[in-house]
Amino acid sequence: MNLRHGTFSYLPDLTDEEIAAQIRYALRHGWPVSVVYTDDTHTRNVSWEMWGLPMFDLAEPDGVLALINECRATFPNHYVRVLAYDASLGRQTTAMQFLVQRPAEEPGFLLTRVEGVDRTQRYAVTSYATSRPAGARYVRG
Amino acid sequence: MTIIEDGAQAKERWDPGVQSYAGMGYWNPDYVPKDTDVLAVFRVAPQDGVEPIEAAAAVAGESSTATWTVVWTDRLTANSHYQAKAYRVEEVPGRPGEYFAYVAYDIDLFEEGSIANLTSSIIGNVFGFKPLKALRLEDLRIPVAYVKTFQGPAHGIVMERELLNKYGRPLLGATIKPKLGLSARNYGRVVYEACRGGLDFTKDDENINSQPFMRWRDRFLYGMEGVNKAMAETGEIKGHYLNVTAGTMEEMYRRAEFAKELGSVVVMIDLTIGYTAIQSMAHWARENSVLLHLHRAGHSTYTRQKTHGVSFRVIAKWCRLMGVDHVHAGTVVGKLEGDPATTLGYYDTLREGFVPANPQNGIFFDQDWISMPGVMPVASGGIHAGQMHQLLDLFQDDVVLQFGGGTIGHPYGIAAGAEANRVALEAMVKARNEGRDLLREGPDVLRNAAKSCAPLEAALSTWGDVTFDYTSTDAPDVVPTPLPSA
Repeated sequence: MNLRHGTFSYLPDLTDEEIAAQIRYALRHGWPVSVVYTDDTHTRNVSWEMWGLPMFDLAEPDGVLALINECRATFPNHYVRVLAYDASLGRQTTAMQFLVQRPAEEPGFLLTRVEGVDRTQRYAVTSYATSRPAGARYVRG
Repeated sequence: MTIIEDGAQAKERWDPGVQSYAGMGYWNPDYVPKDTDVLAVFRVAPQDGVEPIEAAAAVAGESSTATWTVVWTDRLTANSHYQAKAYRVEEVPGRPGEYFAYVAYDIDLFEEGSIANLTSSIIGNVFGFKPLKALRLEDLRIPVAYVKTFQGPAHGIVMERELLNKYGRPLLGATIKPKLGLSARNYGRVVYEACRGGLDFTKDDENINSQPFMRWRDRFLYGMEGVNKAMAETGEIKGHYLNVTAGTMEEMYRRAEFAKELGSVVVMIDLTIGYTAIQSMAHWARENSVLLHLHRAGHSTYTRQKTHGVSFRVIAKWCRLMGVDHVHAGTVVGKLEGDPATTLGYYDTLREGFVPANPQNGIFFDQDWISMPGVMPVASGGIHAGQMHQLLDLFQDDVVLQFGGGTIGHPYGIAAGAEANRVALEAMVKARNEGRDLLREGPDVLRNAAKSCAPLEAALSTWGDVTFDYTSTDAPDVVPTPLPSA
């Protein structure tokens, strides 16, 4: 399975150069950048774990790339993504969000249906990986 | 001509019989509009022999306090406060016989938080007036004091993105085709295929309500089955705009409640339900955390011809005040009417916090929305993946791009069509962020992305040459200020 998450998940994985180009786009807009990771990609798990704090006042993408590579080295089997934030009036929200690492094996999600009255289904989407505890969910094949 | 209070003139003003509207004070060139006034600009085509100032005054009168003859009961009111004032008349450049008439309305004329009242007041009477050949409401300035009496968008652009957890790119949708005739189970199949292939949303068409070939409850059940399967397969949030339009408000609430129970993130309504119903649904949508999509069904019966009707930019303002989260606003490059300048004016009106007057885009007045969230515009109608660079260049990120035929008509199937659109979009956003010139390099970006995406390759070869180039029926009338030569 190929998790679809963030702005570029339908394209081939971004190279470090391509990641740097996207970060430069964020910096041109004056958006701070942060790196987060998780091994629970349920659609409602919006707050992934932070790797360090968001970086403000950057001029070049190098600092972010160093952080990304640290995070990827520490958690080679987690999803890692980059966020950029727009603090301007009328926005004050996330501006960009894209994956920079995914585990080698992605077992995907289970859809369960609980039959209710009048043919109504109660749906639940569960990640197969989360049947294991955090930290032991994705193993390199 | 200002209202005269002294004895001799007052006696003339109140003599029974017909007087000119201008003479009764509905024309007042010395009037300085207040920040709290509602301001309108009308395109007026007087009948032969009717003076433009009198025509403008008549419009002001018949859309506020006047009638065709003097009435003594006017003297029981502070009538000079309540009467609208036409304060400026100018010729429309290049169109003899047409005039722009500016009219100011005191805020006391309007019920707080009621679009039904605002519209009944301004367009409810005067458009059939015999002394006018034609009349169009071009723009409306809503004072901040009045904006604040409305709920505004149930969620708005920022909240929608947070709800869907999707940032930094346009959203993608598709209307289920054929427009009518599918049964519920097969309808659900199309929803599933389009959503699992890569679109964020699918959409009921405006005329899909509850018909003999498919009743609403069955559609909702199979539609949500498709949505949930697609969510499990992709790991991202999906939605199908379940159309809750019905014959009565009570039935609409029933359908909306069921959609909510099924866990839909979004419902849709048609413009044809009327302003009061739309406002009610917007309040329901906010109270129940469901996005509200508005299809502007029927608008082009009165928005399209520049001589007579209401410009869509005014409808767009009403939509933002009422409180929908999405409204169709035009594609420019697709099959339905909309030239680039006026369409960008609509998009600014829906999205921006402050929209400055810009005659080139048909925006006549500054409009301050203060902190009212923006409405996500929807571009839908005859667009395809081959136009992705133009669409992104025109509309940037805060837009829903809907490719109905352009997904379902794909030669490799619906999911392939969806994937082609998604890959084209992401590749274009990536290229834009990298600093590439979309209009010049767009086609190359698409061709390059197609190398690793067979569905996109097929989409480009099927539709690559399709364009809809016709003369617009409604482009702004403005004499451009000559730029100083370099």
